[in-house]
Amino acid sequence: MTAFDFVFYVFAALTVASAVVMVFSRNVIYSAVGLLFTFFGVAGIYVLLAADFVAVVQVMIYVGGILILLLFGVMLSQRVTKVELRTGTLQLVPALLVVGSGLVVLLRVMYKTGWKEVPAAEFKATSATIGTLLMTDFLIPFEVVSILLLLALIGAAFIARKERKT
Amino acid sequence: MRELVSSVTSSQSFLSNLPEFVIALIFIAIAAVILTTVAAVLALIGVYLERKVSAHMQDRLGPMYVGGWHGWAQTLADAVKLLIKEDIVPRAADKKLHLLAPFLVFAATLAAFAVLPFGRQLIVSDLNVGVLYVIAISSLVVVGIILAGWASNNKWSLLGAMRSAAQIVSFEIPASLAVLVVIMAVGSMNLGEIVLYQEGGIHKWLVWKFFPFNLIAFLIFFVASLAEVNRAPFDIPEAESEIIAGFHTEYSGMKFAMFFLAEYANMFLVGAVGATLFLGGWSSPFGDFMNSGPFQVFWLFAKAFALIFVQMWLRWTLPRVRVDQLMYTSWKVLTPFAFLAMVGVGIYMII
Amino acid sequence: MLFDFAGVLVFLIFGCLFVGINLLLSRLIQTRNPHPGKLSTYECGEIPIGTGWIQFNIRFYVIALVFLIFDVEVVFLFPWAVVFKELGTFAFVEMMIFVFMLLVGLAYVWAKGDLEWDKPREVPAPELASVVDQPKLTEEMAS
Repeated sequence: MTAFDFVFYVFAALTVASAVVMVFSRNVIYSAVGLLFTFFGVAGIYVLLAADFVAVVQVMIYVGGILILLLFGVMLSQRVTKVELRTGTLQLVPALLVVGSGLVVLLRVMYKTGWKEVPAAEFKATSATIGTLLMTDFLIPFEVVSILLLLALIGAAFIARKERKT
Repeated sequence: MRELVSSVTSSQSFLSNLPEFVIALIFIAIAAVILTTVAAVLALIGVYLERKVSAHMQDRLGPMYVGGWHGWAQTLADAVKLLIKEDIVPRAADKKLHLLAPFLVFAATLAAFAVLPFGRQLIVSDLNVGVLYVIAISSLVVVGIILAGWASNNKWSLLGAMRSAAQIVSFEIPASLAVLVVIMAVGSMNLGEIVLYQEGGIHKWLVWKFFPFNLIAFLIFFVASLAEVNRAPFDIPEAESEIIAGFHTEYSGMKFAMFFLAEYANMFLVGAVGATLFLGGWSSPFGDFMNSGPFQVFWLFAKAFALIFVQMWLRWTLPRVRVDQLMYTSWKVLTPFAFLAMVGVGIYMII
Repeated sequence: MLFDFAGVLVFLIFGCLFVGINLLLSRLIQTRNPHPGKLSTYECGEIPIGTGWIQFNIRFYVIALVFLIFDVEVVFLFPWAVVFKELGTFAFVEMMIFVFMLLVGLAYVWAKGDLEWDKPREVPAPELASVVDQPKLTEEMAS
């Protein structure tokens, strides 16, 4: 096992462990901290995949934007410390059966597929390539994204405004 | 940094027996120790400097007693005092989060030091997304502040933390747009390359290029970075007379020292980034005159400390800005001007 | 590139180590004297009223939302800025369309008043003067 593999396993373990904390924790803020470390683990894995720009953007948008938005939303809601977060499991046995069979199917697919051995990715800078591609090959999706962001802004502002009046 | 590592490895034969990544890790670890010490010492110097500068601006003398000549050991004494103070965690506070917050804030600030170019080869991490990385890692500080405010279970801490988060977040947009102008001019996000572009004398500094748009961008960046560090006149989150001490009200002893250290290290970081992006980084303003080796480190520190002095000057001159005035400034003044600067530079570069 | 990011990771770990060592050191040599007064929440010396939670202005959430949208826009602006020098006018026009859409969004949010923070209520002057009845300093009191 090379150092590269070791680092990958560390980040994967960090991601999965934080996700488990996030899902099973009873305190909302603890879940948010678990989410923080999950995002961090994913950013690490992006780095190992030679996607440096995406890794930094992951930290900037997810940790710096979405996590803060979530924390603000949680802290704005009332009595968040007193609410019991654990929703009761309704039907344990059927749920276990369905999830278990899904897991078995996934594992079989993973092991039976003939994965091709691709030569290791070149670790070169990606920002310039992304910039050029955005302007040339992917121009239409890029402009549509601007309209999407505009819609998101208007919609979110509208919803937040309505709630203020109640 | 890589050339440094390879040059040392080729000169010492016993080092080439170890696998490559171990050598890399050793070098990075040494650099980390050095930079951690530098950050801590800078914070101590910063505190002392602040007390002296504020004192002289207020026509008094500041610390004069501790250590003999002009009280130079004052901050050391303060550090020792904080070390032996009791770490009081309120009974109603969330102990785990209370402990986590200083870690997040300080580690994020220190991690941003890794991309600062201190010299031609003295960068620990010559990231190709250097500038974006600095902006991204500052957002970790915001999360740390919110957790600190929440964990204290104190109305004032929570209010201070939320205001601080809203403030930092609002000023991140104009700061990023101002930095964008620099990237447009240089064509790369790599901090080392940005400095190399400005090498050759004061006339090649990016603050004078595309006049006046880069100057506007520099001013926007400076003001926005003041807000990012929670310095006056944007220091509502720490306003002593308004919400006690804001998000670090319930912190005492070494945890408080960590927040304090992180704030001053952040001040230096923002000054150094501003100097690197706009004022030529480690390159000498006299062209080739004092441009080699240790002089480069000297120039970067000199420029960063000049910006820090201006920050302190502003703190002790201007009154504190009200919260709604602050939001007004960020969204209605700085952001439009930053967009204007960006469009202006774009048109300038095409024509 | 892995070398550079390894540097970042090592610095993060060192930051945590530095804080950890300092806190440990402090824990070894600090005094420990718990007292109910010290352990209660600090509210300028008064006994704290209520829990540690207050109703917030919804402005915080709106500002975070608007910030997120503009953050995503800035993320799209960065790779464009890197290649702008080579690509020239065509890229500039394309990006200006993108920026214009978002400036429309900013103008909308501005015009609808979503960027306003609540201004402090102005108390008219006569109201204040009547609250405090200052006794006049007379000759007898001064002597």
